[in-house]
Amino acid sequence: MKHTLVALMEDKPGVLNRVSGLFRRRNYNIESLSVGHSETPGISRMTIVVNGDERVVEQVVRQLEKLINVTQVLNVTNMPTVVRELALIKVKASHGTRSEIVELANIFRARVVDVGATSLTIEITGPEDRVNSFIDLLRPFGIEEMARTGRVAMVRGGNGKCA
Amino acid sequence: MWESLVREGVRTVFGISGGAVIHLYHALPDYPIHHVLMRHEQGAAHAADGYARATGQVGVCIATSGPGATNLVTGLATAYMDSSPVVAITGQVATPFIGTDAFQEVDITGITLPITKHNYLVTDVEELPTVIKEAFYIARTGRPGPVLIDIAKDVQAAQTEYVYPDEVNLPGYRPFPPVSLDQVRQTAEMINTSSRPLIIAGHGVILAGVEDALLALVEKANIPVVTTLLGISSIPETHPLCLGMGGMHGEAHTNMALSNADLIVSLGCRFDDRLTGPVNQFARQARIVHIDVDAAELGKNVRPDLAVAGDLKEILPALVPLVEPATHQEWLECIREWKLDSARRDILGRDDDRLLPQYVVRQIWRATEGEVIVVSDVGQNQMWEAQYFFHHRRRGLISSGGLGTMGFALPAAIGVQMAFPDQQVWVTAGDGGFQMNIQELATVVQEKLPIKMAILNNGYLGMVRQWQQLFFEERYSGTPLLGPDFARVAEAYGIPGLRVREKSGVLPAIQQALDTPGPFLIDFLIEQEENVYPMVAPGSPICNMIRRPLEPEKQI
Repeated sequence: MKHTLVALMEDKPGVLNRVSGLFRRRNYNIESLSVGHSETPGISRMTIVVNGDERVVEQVVRQLEKLINVTQVLNVTNMPTVVRELALIKVKASHGTRSEIVELANIFRARVVDVGATSLTIEITGPEDRVNSFIDLLRPFGIEEMARTGRVAMVRGGNGKCA
Repeated sequence: MWESLVREGVRTVFGISGGAVIHLYHALPDYPIHHVLMRHEQGAAHAADGYARATGQVGVCIATSGPGATNLVTGLATAYMDSSPVVAITGQVATPFIGTDAFQEVDITGITLPITKHNYLVTDVEELPTVIKEAFYIARTGRPGPVLIDIAKDVQAAQTEYVYPDEVNLPGYRPFPPVSLDQVRQTAEMINTSSRPLIIAGHGVILAGVEDALLALVEKANIPVVTTLLGISSIPETHPLCLGMGGMHGEAHTNMALSNADLIVSLGCRFDDRLTGPVNQFARQARIVHIDVDAAELGKNVRPDLAVAGDLKEILPALVPLVEPATHQEWLECIREWKLDSARRDILGRDDDRLLPQYVVRQIWRATEGEVIVVSDVGQNQMWEAQYFFHHRRRGLISSGGLGTMGFALPAAIGVQMAFPDQQVWVTAGDGGFQMNIQELATVVQEKLPIKMAILNNGYLGMVRQWQQLFFEERYSGTPLLGPDFARVAEAYGIPGLRVREKSGVLPAIQQALDTPGPFLIDFLIEQEENVYPMVAPGSPICNMIRRPLEPEKQI
């Protein structure tokens, strides 16, 4: 089962290395990891999607908490959350298929961000499954290139902090 | 840097100089710190580790960049596995050269990431005092562990206004999880309602310094205690409630107790596979209470019925008053029966003229009355030492448990003896392990350390040979081992030595070692294919032991 963890950590050199190294060393199965600035200067926020049962995930949380630079870890899997992922997809588009692709993009509230002679680049933001279904629909046209950010998550409501 | 070390209470460091620490060594003579020049950086790391284990204070080792730093790796991994507070200081090439594959450059913070509690690369002299303060704090608090500080060469030469911080600011570091008194009450209730309780005492009991509280607990309710290898000496092994070490080479009655208990309270033990065997078959009759300062240990290997995170220094004193006095007479009687069976099978009870390693260990114990610190190496010798020496002195056994590092004993003993110049320190090692850091004999002489060394020499990498005998069709591949005459090697270093071939020579040799001031080495040529019994085959539950057969004549 997939679990979503949110971790706050000091923005110091090597911290990402400490986290990713921990996953490899402890043999945890990591699905995606995305990191960027948080609302506090000097603190980064990481969203980690990890595969495993409850017990494994509990271990992951505790091992992460042990890292000196990690200030907070929260398993948000069973909380009401806003979860989003962004994908950039470059898809083959000929004269005959272009309008069909644009129509699909509109249905999914995705945006065309670049138009080439033989391709379209589309940006989609949304929950993972919506991104997945969009990609499945584009696949028959021929996907030339794709970049996905992995999941970012935030707990709904409350005081605005992750815990 | 040295000033900061002095302020952290450091008086002894173990190290080897080199190009990337030359500035540090240049400043060293101006400070009240004794530098022990080792002969290999691995030795420096083990010595700092030995110092830390014997005293509970942070041990410090120093190495230069590149190969100096990588030579520390085994020693740091050893300290990490056994939660030993060590600070390692390494030189790094100058900041402008970092990342250019400069001479003797290696990414030691990258290399030691998974084998240190934390590590630092210092590229700005302004950070140095804070880093040192944090490093010592992290190494010694919570679950202790090694911390490495890598200092660029230009930082060592730089000047700054020196301010040593009074406090650390580590928002992400919570060394002691808050104790739930409710859980302590629950633990007491489980103990009070149990008829066959058992305590596992691990290294954490010693690290937390709660030996007195442990004794109060077990004596109040007559609870038998099994120790882990590193938990040895957490309770005197001469105590009637101490069953000794459990696990793969645990005594039979100890493993039977683990398998038949209805409650196991584990104190500062991480349920290592050498203790538990397959976890799904471990202690199946028991409810398990797991108490550890490191919350990540709870549920890692064994699923406890009650998991208590927190410092034993807080928990045990709170627990003892809640536990009701009990006799557990039936349970203790049952264990006594198993113990008698163990005694019947004991090889030392037999009329045997061979030079047995168990006999050597037992005679060292007798001759010294156990009033020594033993530093044991790894392999069969380590298990014989654990089985046949009864440790009653606190922190009386120093050994590499988790990593099982051969070559640990001699350099670690140097650290122990530096910490306690007036105590008697014995090394027990095999011929294989002793050769792995034999160069430190020179350090023993240089520092005039009166370490007594006993080599149980069987001409094999004996533990592996035993496995090959029992599980690999007696194919002794890569295990017969050519060694020198260790007594003559010792003499070449200026250490008196003896070679003992006969059982009758054992006691006189030990006596001579005790009567000779300064270091002494005895090379015991023991029975070559003697095994460690009992043994649990890998993959078997610990109640299925391979026992030493009863003597044939006694079976008739």
